[in-house]
Amino acid sequence: MTAHKSHSDGRAKAAPAPAPLPGHHVRLGAKTPLRLDCGVELSEFPVAYQTYGKLNADRSNAILICHALTGDQFVAEPHPVTGKEGWWDMTVGPGKTIDTERFFVVCANILGGCMGTYGPKDINPRTGKPWNLDFPVITIADMVRCQALLLDHLGIRKLFAVTGGSMGGMQVLEWASTYPERVFAAIPVATAALHTAQNIAFHEVGRQAIMTDPDWCGGEYLIHGKRPTKGLAVARMAAHITYLSDQALHRKFGRRLQDRDGIGFGFEPEFQVESYLRHQGITFVDRFDANSYLYITRAMDYFDLISKNGGQLANAFTNTPVRFCVISFTGDWLFPTSENRRIVHALNAAAADVSFAEIESDKGHDAFLLDEPEFQRVLKGFLDGAAEHLAKAAGKK
Amino acid sequence: MNRDRKAIRVDLQLIAGMIEPHSRVLDVGCGDGTFLDYLVHFHHVDGRGIELSMDGVKASITAGLSVIQGDADTDLKDYPDNAFDYVVLSQTLQAMVQPKTVLSHLLRIGKRAIVSFPNFAHWRARLYLGILGKMPVSKTLPYQWYDTPNIHLCTIRDFVALCRELGIVIETQKILDAEGHVRQVGPWLFSANLLGEQAVYLLRKK
Repeated sequence: MTAHKSHSDGRAKAAPAPAPLPGHHVRLGAKTPLRLDCGVELSEFPVAYQTYGKLNADRSNAILICHALTGDQFVAEPHPVTGKEGWWDMTVGPGKTIDTERFFVVCANILGGCMGTYGPKDINPRTGKPWNLDFPVITIADMVRCQALLLDHLGIRKLFAVTGGSMGGMQVLEWASTYPERVFAAIPVATAALHTAQNIAFHEVGRQAIMTDPDWCGGEYLIHGKRPTKGLAVARMAAHITYLSDQALHRKFGRRLQDRDGIGFGFEPEFQVESYLRHQGITFVDRFDANSYLYITRAMDYFDLISKNGGQLANAFTNTPVRFCVISFTGDWLFPTSENRRIVHALNAAAADVSFAEIESDKGHDAFLLDEPEFQRVLKGFLDGAAEHLAKAAGKK
Repeated sequence: MNRDRKAIRVDLQLIAGMIEPHSRVLDVGCGDGTFLDYLVHFHHVDGRGIELSMDGVKASITAGLSVIQGDADTDLKDYPDNAFDYVVLSQTLQAMVQPKTVLSHLLRIGKRAIVSFPNFAHWRARLYLGILGKMPVSKTLPYQWYDTPNIHLCTIRDFVALCRELGIVIETQKILDAEGHVRQVGPWLFSANLLGEQAVYLLRKK
């Protein structure tokens, strides 16, 4: 594959080119193309990333943050589209748990994403039109290979730590398994070593919502100047329920009605929880590409580190030098503690250095994004301990 | 690490003394990690812990220790053979659902195991049961029968017999008083079993 024309060319037919996204942009795979699991090779493709803090002289303080399904590289700053604070602003920043005065934090938009890194809405250099469904299907391992290329570009040989929740946690596991020599500490949060049947099922509901929207146009909506906003919004609504817990929904909304005194015997959004979900759906479509949503959910569905390692997850971590800290949340039923514990058991079987804590929270899967002081304390304690071990190891040399 | 290192119990000092510096140690039931922290910093061991209570786990990880939340009764089977030089089970054997299985696992995953437990045959316990007709309550057995976590209490003689049955070699036996100080009881099992309030064993495979 050859280098293609810049982003905005050829797209003008469909929609006016959006204002360029802030932050860093780089083209990777120029010298050696990135070979994807599906066999396709990508060369000179764009990757968008953000950094916070400064890389120290011996380049030993880098932390890679891997974002989740609908996250992006804007970890700790206002989002350029929504204006909302960064998705992990709670955790990352000066003096915070991942202290940007100590650490150099890198977060890249994932491959297949829609916030500046190569994805289905970008232009296929062969046709001059958006890739749409011709974009190669990517995997979690492809995302990680892409991040490794970015680190090469940034001159970071070895990460102090790699962390992320949910799909970000899958990337963390893939990192530790594929590049153990490039990771000192790995902190997979609220994740799993494989995507379960239930989770694949939820994703399929979301994909069907998108693909049955007439404005999806068989995936060619950009060419037709349309967007499947209804389908994407429904996909988001369904997914959003899985990120919360029964208790959290009950506490937030109960059966309370929205701007009315009694039920209306109709199908307007009467309950607060309905308006809330609709709002979640509507605001999501402003910042997310529908085809990207298909590709990323597929990547998660394909993730199975167990079968990749001959049915023994421990084989993924044989003789690993990486220090692990696995963290789960009691109220998370999408990536429940049992799935996280499965990772811990495999790490034990590999005699890996592993810590594991289950944080008590009734906030559901989203707990890792929310104000959970216990989670912050455990994360900080682990990072401090790891930094001390790294210093000790460096001292021995 | 920022924690103030507390003085550890006398019996734990005794256990620490059995552990070679720079070895690999698994502390089963490590609580808040105080002992593990001591071993890591004063014996420079590569230390890991497993603890049932989440508060203990969080305190340990926050102190920079490698500790997992888990249950010794169910989770020891995951560890590979000979993963550690020492596996420590301090004052916990009697609270296990399957003490025999746990003991076997300790010596499978560790080259050596260090086990301590309260002795149910100490003369005061015998007095409680034999004369007063009540379940013993003492410094080493501080619970009432209805709230005790100790579901598999044993005597020194019972423990020695179990080791024999499992083909485990007792390298060192220390008989302690309630405070954890070593008592000289002579070479006989009879007097150890009568006079020891607790015991510590350094064990290895045949």
